[in-house]
Amino acid sequence: MAWVNAIVQGILLGGLYALLATGLSLGFGVMRLVNLAHGDMAVLAAFLAMSTSFALKVHPFVTLLLIVPGAFGVGYLLQRLVFDRLIGGDPALQIVATFGLSIVIENALLKKYTADTRGLQTGKFSSRSIRITDKLAVGWLPLVTFICGVTVIGLLALFINRTKMGRAFRATSDDPATAQLVGVDKRRVHATATGIAVTTVALAGVLIGAKSSFDPTTGPANLIYAFEAVIIGGLGSLWGTLAGGIALGVAQAIGLKINPGYGELAGHLLFLTVLATRPRGMFGKLDNR
Amino acid sequence: MTKVLRATTASRTFAVVGLLAVVVLATVPSWADRSTIRKLIELLILISLAQMWNLLAGFAGVVSVGQQAFVGLAAYSVVALVNVHGVGLYWAVPLAALGAALVSIPMGLVAFRLRGSYFAIGTWVLAEVTRLVMVNTKKVGGGSGASIRVTGYSIASRDRAFYWMALAVGIGSILLTYGLLRSKLGLQLQAIRDNEDGARSLGANVYRTRFLLWVVVAFMTGFSGAVFYANQFRVQPGEAFGVSRWTAPIIFMVIIGGIGTIEGPIIGAIAYWYFKERFSNSPEWYAIALGLLAMGIALFVQKGIWGLIRRRFDVHLFPVRRRVAVDTGTTEVAAH
Repeated sequence: MAWVNAIVQGILLGGLYALLATGLSLGFGVMRLVNLAHGDMAVLAAFLAMSTSFALKVHPFVTLLLIVPGAFGVGYLLQRLVFDRLIGGDPALQIVATFGLSIVIENALLKKYTADTRGLQTGKFSSRSIRITDKLAVGWLPLVTFICGVTVIGLLALFINRTKMGRAFRATSDDPATAQLVGVDKRRVHATATGIAVTTVALAGVLIGAKSSFDPTTGPANLIYAFEAVIIGGLGSLWGTLAGGIALGVAQAIGLKINPGYGELAGHLLFLTVLATRPRGMFGKLDNR
Repeated sequence: MTKVLRATTASRTFAVVGLLAVVVLATVPSWADRSTIRKLIELLILISLAQMWNLLAGFAGVVSVGQQAFVGLAAYSVVALVNVHGVGLYWAVPLAALGAALVSIPMGLVAFRLRGSYFAIGTWVLAEVTRLVMVNTKKVGGGSGASIRVTGYSIASRDRAFYWMALAVGIGSILLTYGLLRSKLGLQLQAIRDNEDGARSLGANVYRTRFLLWVVVAFMTGFSGAVFYANQFRVQPGEAFGVSRWTAPIIFMVIIGGIGTIEGPIIGAIAYWYFKERFSNSPEWYAIALGLLAMGIALFVQKGIWGLIRRRFDVHLFPVRRRVAVDTGTTEVAAH
């Protein structure tokens, strides 16, 4: 039963990883851009939720009403002012520029908040759980987080498959030059995609902050988990990313059950195994070579 | 009448000046004080690390964010060789570099399944794996790290030995890059970087060339890390495998100095090393400034400080191009 419990917790955690990975998956899918500051943006959102909740004396989740639209605006502008100059250029410069941004965010947070470990105070919400049997309980917070992740991915899939803007996303992904010929505004598509990417990663960051402690240096770990979820699931497939996130969460939970030092390592091993045996991931459509 | 020119007046003059500088640098342990020696060791290590990352990223188009893996692996190999197996301190350094190169082979086999940005994050994951393995290995100190046993070696002897090793990797990394780029392999590399499919169609084995460089760079990066930590003698996993301790400065040095040039990483390393001391009481602001500068260069300047100098004055201290001299003047033929 203890194993079933570990796997259930792993699945719930996987929903959070999937949410963390959605933006990375979208950015690569639509414009072949990988933002190495992705993980730091999640941490930044968690710190902003903490400060805003203190300042306004509201529950940290209420601050999402400000953070979510704010994140979209930040992403939209970031794409217009910075990332647009990188698309289609030398990949080395893409990596250097977004890596530079990651270092800037991390050190700005260190300067403002020091290296202390923080957490978001979510009150009773984070301690309550639903008891299923004596040895199996599901916490409200992990459950809500999981539902959040699945809902966001579902809505995004609907958006991409059913709306006009979504069609422009797919067209730009398949062939940016032809898409522009038939009237797709590439710059607007890119800015919207990055806006959505930053929004989802900010939401994930706040949920991570509620689940566990964070500090300014936890960004790279977020980036790596998101990246592993994307690769395990397969590039270019949002539902694949959800599956990849869940697989990663379960692997970590099983590793953790074997030995407290093996949680992260087990996740990395799953990633390496998938990469070595199935480089396109579980549901990959795009070639990552 | 035409002939192929491979040197310039500036490069011939510079070769003489450079040789003199190396001779002077070699004599440093006999007249400098301890803190100068230590600072110069760090500078030479930084030059080597930057030069090697640049060889991969700037010339072969292989951008790694996981070079800290080889620094850390070599540092821990020194710990294991000296503390656990009783190997001599000075022999442990080259052996540790060999160890890093060996581990780079399986790492490369996995990482090269990815491309571009995903290759970069993939190498980062691999570096994390090596760190976690060390953290979980009690024999080399686990999470709290270990001290390399240096008993039996006097401070003066260690300073001298590690300084000369650092000089060897610092100068060696420059000569290695220069030699490689002037060889047939170098021509192939630059062709691959400029047009991968074109180079492939002309018979360049892209994968093999990149893989070979990956292993050579792992060896040199490991050598640098082994010298640094053997000299410092205290090794902690968080620092030795730290992306902000090693790979971030490496990337900033190369991009600020000028990626894809041999002069750039040297300039970048000297600048980084000099200002790091000046900003030592506010490392966060220093990192923020470097990050913004790197972003600015990547967005607007691309080839860094040396690129600006070269554009203005057309100087080449390390000429890796072939230039055809015709009666009327010179014409560029190869990519630069």
